[in-house]
Amino acid sequence: MSLADPIDAHVNAREPARVSELEAKPVWHRARRSPLTWVKGGGLTTFLFLLPMLLVFGAFSWYPIVRTVVMSLQHTNLVQAPTWVGLDNFRAVLNDPVLPIAVKNTAYFAGLALIFGYPIPLIAAVLMSELRKRRGLYSALAYLPVVIPPVVAVLLWKTFYDGSTTGVFNTILGWIHLGPYPWLQSPSTAMPSLVLESTWANAGATVIIYLAALTSVNPELYEAASVDGASLWRKVWHITLPQLRGVLLLTMILQIIGTAQVFLEPFLFTSGGPANATITVLLLIYDYAFGNSLGGNFGEATALSLMLAGFLAVLSFVYLRATRSWSTA
Amino acid sequence: VIVPMRGRRTRRAADDARGVVSFSDWHNPKVRWGVGTAQALLLVALVVVGLGPLLWLAKAAITPTNDTITHPLGLFPHGAAWSNLREAWSSVHVGRYFWNTVVLAFGSWLTQIVVATTAGFALSVLRPKYEKLIMGLLLATLFVPAVVLLVPLYVEIVHPPLIHHSFINSYWAIWLPAGASAFNVILVKRFFDNLPREIFEAARVDGAGPWKLFTAIVLPMSRPILGVVSVFAVLASWKDFLWPLLVLADPNKQPLSVRLPTIEAQTSLGVFLAALFIACLVPIAGFLIFQRSFLRGSGLGGAIKG
Repeated sequence: MSLADPIDAHVNAREPARVSELEAKPVWHRARRSPLTWVKGGGLTTFLFLLPMLLVFGAFSWYPIVRTVVMSLQHTNLVQAPTWVGLDNFRAVLNDPVLPIAVKNTAYFAGLALIFGYPIPLIAAVLMSELRKRRGLYSALAYLPVVIPPVVAVLLWKTFYDGSTTGVFNTILGWIHLGPYPWLQSPSTAMPSLVLESTWANAGATVIIYLAALTSVNPELYEAASVDGASLWRKVWHITLPQLRGVLLLTMILQIIGTAQVFLEPFLFTSGGPANATITVLLLIYDYAFGNSLGGNFGEATALSLMLAGFLAVLSFVYLRATRSWSTA
Repeated sequence: VIVPMRGRRTRRAADDARGVVSFSDWHNPKVRWGVGTAQALLLVALVVVGLGPLLWLAKAAITPTNDTITHPLGLFPHGAAWSNLREAWSSVHVGRYFWNTVVLAFGSWLTQIVVATTAGFALSVLRPKYEKLIMGLLLATLFVPAVVLLVPLYVEIVHPPLIHHSFINSYWAIWLPAGASAFNVILVKRFFDNLPREIFEAARVDGAGPWKLFTAIVLPMSRPILGVVSVFAVLASWKDFLWPLLVLADPNKQPLSVRLPTIEAQTSLGVFLAALFIACLVPIAGFLIFQRSFLRGSGLGGAIKG
């Protein structure tokens, strides 16, 4: 082992710091005093390895996050110099008559997505975990819609949703003498149609997550229950679901966070119509920032996105606190 | 008492006891029939729902527009129209947009791999004193919803600080931000954490420096995780719509997903559906080839988020 090896020297210089704070202090001071020891100790090499990440995250993640907060307090549209306006942007957004509609629609989308998309993947995953063979085939079929580009999925479903009697879905429903339904053209059916497509596109990923969680359930729990004569349903109810509780709670909050930011479906299917029936919070943000060709209202757009992010943060926090106390009880 | 019992068990019995349905349950005809039927129904449902729309798209891509409009579920009443595919590829320039998508995906993949592996190596193997701080800053970005970044990132691309040159219509505006995925870095770091330290020590004894350690030992041992990061990097880039729509204003530079909604208005339904079909060929082929990486990555996603 050569002492000149930068990693070794680096590790050796650090080791005492871990053993004891008191003993480590002098070593730390010596190591810090000169940049040369830092370089020799491998500090520079480590820093160079971190550099791509620091540059990319600095420029495209950490800086924009800070910038959002600044922009939300400014009036800025890229044409004129930004001016500080305090909380005016937040006030303007909250007074926008479209905001309550967008919030209501987004909540409706998220709620419907939970009803459509939450129980089905769970049932599918439990059934699939009991397969003796061909589990790969089932997983592949379930996951297939997830790999389809969302734009393709939406445009394809737009064709399916054709409201005439010869639309794909209306033809199929016509076989059993139902319809024709207007799907995207009516304010009452537009949102459920969006949710249906979105569920189709995303459910497969949830199935795979549940499957992974199901295989990690300790089989001895099932064995013990079987020995005690528990029926199949009792085992599902008293072992499978409680064991999956962590994953189930997590996928639920992740799904809510995801659906609260729904954009592509309303943007491509209906552009927020008919009669604002599918305008969502993200569509409104897009409209503020990019909807006006004369120059974006970036202040209001960032103000609304911050309010959405703040709401989601509070929601997750409350949800996680509530479910934690509930699940340990 | 338990250990010898396990030893005596046949493989099949051990397999059977793994899930909810135990060995004895499986011998109960009612359970066997019920679960079997449910699984068969699930397979039918998965074929209809998962595969059905894609089969229809494949059929419609080579069906004359009129037939698709009047008999959407008919099977080639007036023959096939292979010309749809040719026309989509050349007349509405799907070919060009396809290559744009490939170039964008390749660049985004490269940035993500470089950022995730170098950072993962530094944080997991070299471990600087400020490791905790960096990890904290990385984890924090996971809690920031994507929507927060949209507007400031756009403004940054139009008016970058320090550089004063707009990156609108430049592929760098897509390649570089793609690297800022904390999920990738953490995934790779966790994988490196589990590599055997003895091998690193042995390499150091043999005089390998950090760069040698990185390229000759850590990277070759990390193929599974690099596969997972790669398939998701390419897929995410192929799927991306809003960001390229905002930063690539020149239609000749736009990827397929951005062009498809416009193509819908420009051409006949048959050609448009052929374009949609072409757009999902690469993701489907990639999924069929790298299924293992996809499914492992999706499961890992749940594990990390958990």
